Amino acid sequence: MSERPLRIIIAKAGLDGHDRGAKVIARALRDAGMEVIYTGLFQTPEQIVQTAIQEDADGVGLSILSGAHMTLFPLVVEQLAAQGAADIVFFGGGTIPADDAAELKRLGVREIFTPGAPLANIIRFVEAECGKRRELVG
Amino acid sequence: MAKIVDRASGLGPAETPDYVVLRERYAAKAAARKLRRGPGSGAVDRTLSDVPLKALYESADVAHLDLARDLGVPGEFPYTRGIHPNMYRERLWTMRQFAGFGNATQTNERYHFLLAQGQQGLSVAFDMPTLMGYDSDHAKSRGEVGKCGVAIDSIRDMETLFAGIDMGAITTSMTINGPAAIALAQYIVAAENKGVPRAKLGGTLQADILKEYIAQKEWIFPPRPHVRIIVDMMRFCRDEMPLWNTISVSGYHIREAGSTAAQELAFTLADGFAYVEAALADGMHIDSFAPRLSFFFNAHIDFFEEIAKYRAARRIYARRMRDKYGAQDPRSWQLRFHTQTAGCSATAQQPENNIVRVAYEALAAVLGGTQSLHTNSMDEVMALPTEKSVEIALRTQQVLAYETNVTNVVDPLGGSYFVEALTDAMEQQAEHYFEKIAEFGGVIEAIEAGYFQSEIADASYRYQRSLEVKDRVIVGVNAFEHETQEMPPDLLKIGREIEAAQAGAVQAVRAERDAAAVERTLAALRRACRSDENVMPRLIDAVRAYATEGEIVDAMVEVFGRYSERAAF
Repeated sequence: MSERPLRIIIAKAGLDGHDRGAKVIARALRDAGMEVIYTGLFQTPEQIVQTAIQEDADGVGLSILSGAHMTLFPLVVEQLAAQGAADIVFFGGGTIPADDAAELKRLGVREIFTPGAPLANIIRFVEAECGKRRELVG
Repeated sequence: MAKIVDRASGLGPAETPDYVVLRERYAAKAAARKLRRGPGSGAVDRTLSDVPLKALYESADVAHLDLARDLGVPGEFPYTRGIHPNMYRERLWTMRQFAGFGNATQTNERYHFLLAQGQQGLSVAFDMPTLMGYDSDHAKSRGEVGKCGVAIDSIRDMETLFAGIDMGAITTSMTINGPAAIALAQYIVAAENKGVPRAKLGGTLQADILKEYIAQKEWIFPPRPHVRIIVDMMRFCRDEMPLWNTISVSGYHIREAGSTAAQELAFTLADGFAYVEAALADGMHIDSFAPRLSFFFNAHIDFFEEIAKYRAARRIYARRMRDKYGAQDPRSWQLRFHTQTAGCSATAQQPENNIVRVAYEALAAVLGGTQSLHTNSMDEVMALPTEKSVEIALRTQQVLAYETNVTNVVDPLGGSYFVEALTDAMEQQAEHYFEKIAEFGGVIEAIEAGYFQSEIADASYRYQRSLEVKDRVIVGVNAFEHETQEMPPDLLKIGREIEAAQAGAVQAVRAERDAAAVERTLAALRRACRSDENVMPRLIDAVRAYATEGEIVDAMVEVFGRYSERAAF
């Protein structure tokens, strides 16, 4: 059975220019065999979701280190739902305190990886969750 | 068979046959023993930046260095040992904590608190909309207002920011780059409105746009028009603000983005020289602006590497400024720098450990001869600092300054075989990077080719991999972890009501001002941008007329365009 690789969007939203973590994770996922599209900086939630749909993505990882996460993450959740793409695995990371992370997960973000999270954990998560989505969606 | 070194001008004593016997015995014993194993032991033989390390450094390792030429004395070319003869014996470094959040009123309160706790200079942190040139009510500002710094939309906010503060008596550093010239104009107008003439204003504007394309990514205009704006500011300050540091050429952000120490050193100095060359190409005389250039470095956790980096920086800079660019005023040869402890070395896990990290990093900065220092707070991995945590950060500097006595001797590590060998190694590494940049044709060309960005991305990935395999350790993160993550319970939170209030306030400014005057000043600004007229006076006029930052930026974007980066990882 030949399986096309998982396709993951790694995104930066809002005005935040801190792209070190996003780029490291993008490389790690690529080295783990996934196809990775990095959106570059300053994307709007609408642009991110559009990219995810156009690229037929299995998952979207959003990185925010500007403190604007409680505005921008929920907007992406909303857009995914509005575009009929709520099955796409939406996860993220950044400077997100534990109570905010819990609230974001309640709102539909699948997982939040904060500073210090091992790459192996992130890769495992993406493989597992996006793999599950593939089984459902095909 | 080890050679005997007898060069009289080397930094160490000539080796005697007795010593050679000792060294051979040492080498045999050291080689016969097993090095430690376990987490972190994969990197015993190199610095954090992979500069190779020996077990022991001896006079042979510094025999090629010359006492007068390479080491010298403090306060004399090439300034390896410090830019002043007495350094901290005469004057301590400035304790200057970077601060800003919410609105100008809240930040003004924090400034009063910090000054009351013994801080000596102010340092302004702006929010993302202000840094990127958007007013608080712009669509792109949603969710961002006041979150990572203070929102400054117009002159009104800048005046509030300094309420009750004598702008003629204190120096202020402003960390802003894309719209830096606008912030400077706002600072000047705020001071003049309080009766302080611009010629009396002391401080620093970061304004270093080249490192934005490379690392911090807070740009607006493309590189060449922006360098023109910087040269305009340098001319303006040369003529009207003799106490103002026109640029803070920065390596901090390059390091935070993931570069090695050698890359931080080389890329920063390369940027500095690019500004020097731009000013010279514009016909400025080097000694008329060079004394007011300043620098900003990171203080990371590899203790000796950081100290060597600062010493190498001074030596490299002095040599090029005098011998390549022909500066004759000794102040043009002196690299003055601010330092900040490494944000990227701090952890979310067991945050109290960050207090310890910051103490070691601050010590490195001081042993390296910094002129000014910011120490991070322990909670800054997740939020802006609370009053309590920033007080600890300030006390860290005060304990260092007043209790440890490291301030009593100038360049106390000078002459150490290891520190001098490592300083030299850092200088060699920087020269190698200068050659690579020259191959591209210069800094801007190398930026356009993505050279710096890919070096930094490679270095940061290599570092992350070394953590994953535990070649390197971060305490609490990949060793000595707790089961559950904890953060200090009281993090600083910026409420959404700040954004709504700020949006309302900027709309009120727009409604209450003389719209025709704003239009006239913006038209004059656009004309200046299109010609070779200096933009600074036109910016000051626009700020006075209550043009908002966003409006001024938009007018300039009309002429200069907007930069966008090719996304790559």
